[in-house]
Amino acid sequence: MGKHIKTISGRTLQSTVRDGGCGECRTSCQSACKTSLTVGNQACNKKKN
Amino acid sequence: MIHTFAFDGIFIVMDVNSGAVHAVDEPAYYIIKALETAHEEDVAAQYLPVYGVETVKEVLQEAADLKANGMLFAPDPLPHGFYNANADGAVKALCLHLAHDCNLRCRYCFASQGDFGGDRGLMSKEVGRAAIDFLMHASGSRRHVEVDFFGGEPLLNVPVMEDLVEYGRARAGEACKIIKFTLTTNAMLLDAKMQRFIIDNDLAVVLSVDGRPQVHDHMRPTPGGGGSYRRIMERCTEFVRLPFEKDYYIRGTFTRHNLDFAEDVRHLAEAGFDHLSVEPVIAEAEMDYALREGDLPVIFAEYDKLTRYLLERHRQGRPVEFFHFNVDLDDGPCLAKRLTGCSAGTEYLAVAPTGEMYPCHQFVGRHGFQVGTVFNGVEKDTTNMFSQAHIYNKQACQKCWARFHCSGGCHANALAFNGDLLEPYGLGCELAKKRLECALYLKVCTTAG
Repeated sequence: MGKHIKTISGRTLQSTVRDGGCGECRTSCQSACKTSLTVGNQACNKKKN
Repeated sequence: MIHTFAFDGIFIVMDVNSGAVHAVDEPAYYIIKALETAHEEDVAAQYLPVYGVETVKEVLQEAADLKANGMLFAPDPLPHGFYNANADGAVKALCLHLAHDCNLRCRYCFASQGDFGGDRGLMSKEVGRAAIDFLMHASGSRRHVEVDFFGGEPLLNVPVMEDLVEYGRARAGEACKIIKFTLTTNAMLLDAKMQRFIIDNDLAVVLSVDGRPQVHDHMRPTPGGGGSYRRIMERCTEFVRLPFEKDYYIRGTFTRHNLDFAEDVRHLAEAGFDHLSVEPVIAEAEMDYALREGDLPVIFAEYDKLTRYLLERHRQGRPVEFFHFNVDLDDGPCLAKRLTGCSAGTEYLAVAPTGEMYPCHQFVGRHGFQVGTVFNGVEKDTTNMFSQAHIYNKQACQKCWARFHCSGGCHANALAFNGDLLEPYGLGCELAKKRLECALYLKVCTTAG
């Protein structure tokens, strides 16, 4: 952790290119009539388990 | 590409392509911002007189280290923009419209008060079971499958829902799959028996309440024109107080009539609900309750207010989970998920009461978009059309710092407002970006203690 920069999250999207894409996570509707969400707030199912 | 912003004296830098988030001090904030467009030597020369040699040197070194580790000014994770989404063609989630009818007459209802512009009707057990059979087959090797009971109001069709939960579990068990059910309801019929059913069967529930009584009753009247707040709040409160683990969200909609929606979130939170979602209405511009571009400054200020309230609750040890401000930076979705987005028309389909399938619930009743039936399967494959509507193919997203978080927004909104799947609904984009800033700020504050 630097003196001037504190990294809150260092996991990179690049690293998920290799081990992602299993398709087991929940779907994420983005319309307002359902509980819509930004996809980024979803949990990865692999990590969850 | 980076995105920098400050919120209540906290300086934040998000590295767009890696997703890394940094809380920085003031010198680092301005120096990193400058580094995006200028050479290091020029930036150093510019800030030496302001912050002094030592500070500038330290910041530049820390920034260089982060860059070397792929967490600052990272290259695009998919430089060629090619991604073969949903290569296996699986459908893993279905939204079952158990009822095209409703016991409320919400003014902003996209489903024409429940009938989706067609006949009022209920899904039969046969159609529902055929949908489950289709899902078991179409999900291929995917282990997790989802069924959302939706409407209209799905609790107008309880016997079929109960049958489908039992049938779905049995079929999933045979296929070695895990099935997750969600019920989206207005809670008018959420009586003690239904509450128990939800708990016993581990259903996730989304309960619609808009907030303060006058706000809720104005937009969510009964067919007779009366208010629904009192009954719904009683039922939701009863349910949430049950001493069992439950997966629920109270979800509301804010409109131009309650731009002070932070008060509605506060109302719901103080009523004892700690999983909340209050979302902007989507409506045609001519509707009196539709949000307008000119409302954005007021809405942004309200999100700021809401953020401060949620932070205060967190610090008081009474945290509230506000759905739109959740952001999982460490265990969030992979890049593939961020490109598939909501999966409408690909992994996710909606089923009308008579068994026709559509890309999502927003398309139900729009016959040009029907993709097949639960009996015959997918007959008109929309997979390519929807899977190609990802952020690398959307011009507006290419310039947007939030693209890997919102994944390009709602397809139905893009079509409704711009007639083009590749052109996102602009007002929604502005709101999504603001919410993400609030979410990142909360994350920084709560992570730092």
